[in-house]
Amino acid sequence: MAINTDKNVYTVVFASVMVIVVGSILAFLATGLSGRINENMRFEKQQNILYAMGINDNVDEGSVNFVPTDIVEDKFSQYITEQIIIKGDQIVDNDEAYLIDMKKQLALAKKGETPELPLFIGEKDGKKFYVIPMYGKGLWDDIWGYIALDDKMIVQGVFFDHKGETPGLGANINQRYFMDDFTGESIMAGTRYAGINVAKGNNDPLNNDKEDNEVDALAGATITGNGVSAMIKETLNLYKDYLKTIRTN
Amino acid sequence: MGLLSKKDANLIKDPLADNNPITIQVLGICSALAITAELKASVVMAIAVMFVLGLGNVVISAMRNIIPSKIRIIVQLIVVATLVIVVDQVLKAFAYPLSKTLSVFVGLIITNCIIMGRFEAFALGNGLWRSFLDGIGNSLGYGIILVIVGFFRELLGSGTLFGYPVFGDPIEKTGLYSFGYENNGFMIIPPAALIVVGIIIWVQRSRNPALVEEN
Repeated sequence: MAINTDKNVYTVVFASVMVIVVGSILAFLATGLSGRINENMRFEKQQNILYAMGINDNVDEGSVNFVPTDIVEDKFSQYITEQIIIKGDQIVDNDEAYLIDMKKQLALAKKGETPELPLFIGEKDGKKFYVIPMYGKGLWDDIWGYIALDDKMIVQGVFFDHKGETPGLGANINQRYFMDDFTGESIMAGTRYAGINVAKGNNDPLNNDKEDNEVDALAGATITGNGVSAMIKETLNLYKDYLKTIRTN
Repeated sequence: MGLLSKKDANLIKDPLADNNPITIQVLGICSALAITAELKASVVMAIAVMFVLGLGNVVISAMRNIIPSKIRIIVQLIVVATLVIVVDQVLKAFAYPLSKTLSVFVGLIITNCIIMGRFEAFALGNGLWRSFLDGIGNSLGYGIILVIVGFFRELLGSGTLFGYPVFGDPIEKTGLYSFGYENNGFMIIPPAALIVVGIIIWVQRSRNPALVEEN
């Protein structure tokens, strides 16, 4: 039977059926898989926070290996001793603080409202770590990460990730040779919470100078690098009132 | 090839050489520029496109007699987008780390003109099996150029292949770098991909002058 596919009625019916079929497939899939996907995302957050604290399965100098997903929850409750939410002057404990969406909180802060800022206090080998989540914009899309500080405001480790930076260029912010450079840098310039700049041509490619508030930039990724600098600065700006209360030097 | 008739085999072979989607038809250039700074991304992209194009061609071919011609482009677009999202969601649920690697490419796959081009030029007028072969052939042709470009850009731009150092350590000055060799930063930026693709086109056309268009 030949169908006249040029008729308007047919076109409309076809389009409607197609929309319903495709819509149902996608909706079915999204609801069916959302449990697993959410769980994966939750594990990922825990892995990232632990990574910034230096708890990972890295074996050599080039790899980024997280704590495996099957034990990450145990490790997370073992090392993260306290999760707090900073809301203005109030500080409350909350065991699900790590699920807070930083993007929404930053949007609130920009509107002039008081954001709920999560902060994770971890302990490893008798040392205290303050892990702060960050969120910002790269070249194409969102970038985010975690920065672990000690009470002297020295960076103990960072983790960065991105949604869609250019592979081989900006996407390399989640590579070891970029992230490892931050470790040991001070975020303070005197008494100012200066953050850390991703700097081009700072004549310090090996990053020997830990007091200059600078790390060496990635070639070909200027805008992503600037995004990282801005993200750190913006985050510290929000958290500095709290950081003042824990700073010991 | 015993499995395929000569005509079918050509569906795979032609796009690899004399009818290559990138160097001859000049399609899919945008993604060839965007993601070939490293070899790994090139390979991942090639596999992803092979999956979407192979399957998409089959779906379009199966529907070819019922698709209203007035809205066929929209229908094609929906098929690609749906396939890509289905793959993305399934990976997110069952292979999360892999899905993170792929997420960058999702948008690039949907807008890849090779896919729409093959749907329109081939799958709409051919049977399931031939459409499938055409999809595989064209994605291989696309992938091989991606891998060649990625190979040279990563090797000359970063001195590595699949992330492993080939020439030594540029910061510690070991291996080739101890003789004063430097990585060429230009290879990392997208214009370098155009130049590499240009050289491939040049080599290919001087070997086979029949490919040169008359002006």
